[in-house]
Amino acid sequence: MPTVETPIWQHDVWDALRASGVQQVAYVPDAGHSHAIREAIATPDITDIVLTTEEEGVGVVAGAWLGGQRAALLMQSSGVGNCINMFSLLDSCRFPFLTLVTMRGEYAEFNPWQGPMGRATEEALQLMGITVLRVDTPDDVAETVSAAADAAFLAGERVAVLIGQRLIGRKIWKKDNK
Amino acid sequence: MNTASSKLDRRELVAALLAAVPEALVVTGLGSPTYDVHATAPDRAGIFHLWGAMGGAVPLGLGLALAQPEKQVIVITGDGEMLMGIGSLGTVAASRPANLSIVVLDNGHFGETGMQQSHTSLGANLAEIASGFGIGVVLRINEPDDVDDLAKHIRCQSGPVFAHAVIATGEQPRAMPGRDGAAAKNSFRAHLGLAPL
Repeated sequence: MPTVETPIWQHDVWDALRASGVQQVAYVPDAGHSHAIREAIATPDITDIVLTTEEEGVGVVAGAWLGGQRAALLMQSSGVGNCINMFSLLDSCRFPFLTLVTMRGEYAEFNPWQGPMGRATEEALQLMGITVLRVDTPDDVAETVSAAADAAFLAGERVAVLIGQRLIGRKIWKKDNK
Repeated sequence: MNTASSKLDRRELVAALLAAVPEALVVTGLGSPTYDVHATAPDRAGIFHLWGAMGGAVPLGLGLALAQPEKQVIVITGDGEMLMGIGSLGTVAASRPANLSIVVLDNGHFGETGMQQSHTSLGANLAEIASGFGIGVVLRINEPDDVDDLAKHIRCQSGPVFAHAVIATGEQPRAMPGRDGAAAKNSFRAHLGLAPL
């Protein structure tokens, strides 16, 4: 169980997802998504789908739309790289698509292995035809996620919201963080 | 291992299965399974043919099955496509959609790219993998009559079901459905009474 209080912006993410009418939430976990994942599991009228790899989530979101439901994919920036070819499903069929991506490798990053994919995440999404919105301050979270959901589900766009690492906060690796 | 001596004809198998579950929604994996399903049911509604997104047939079927829990959903794909998305069997097992069935037509080869041997010719057993991931109903389709048992499970929605069909390697005439993905998506939704957007 988490002992640290959930930040307000994580509540805002979940509230915006709920308001958007999402009924399926597919995810590969990340600490920044932990509140949304807990709520998705706990909410009876939401189906949570834990994935073995992020590209499965692209298929799940598309399948949900085929069956008349709205869905969202929650992942970390590293997962965007796993999705690249599967994104072609979205563009080929013009599926609505909403993904929320927590960033790694960009601010106070301890692990250099997160750098390459973190630096490439935004352009990789754009190269595959996905519109990128970015949020770096807590006050902008609710509005940005809501705007992305409208673009996806009302206009049928493919949209990613990148949640900046500075907003997520430093990862504590050891007690003295050295 | 793909070592059965008398192997099924893929088109006869698909035709018998589709005829036995006329109400089922169907997702096909790219390549030969897409051609098989289109060849045997060219005018049937409620079929979504993939022309790409290799490894995505089962996840797509999962999202669809969860969205339409009253409908039977069948994913028909090949060994190569299933292997590329093999982890999705774990995701299906964890989600436990009772209305989802996965039928793998296993000829042990990558038929679309020159008939190179796939992992199922080289030791992998997809039925055991599905079972190992935790899928409760795993069927082996070795005889034409085995389709009856599979159809019964599909109709009862007692899944998720994984059916491993060992098929002959012979090449079949291509039967190609439309390649316009947006049109395919919209006509599939229309079959369910859903607007394009």
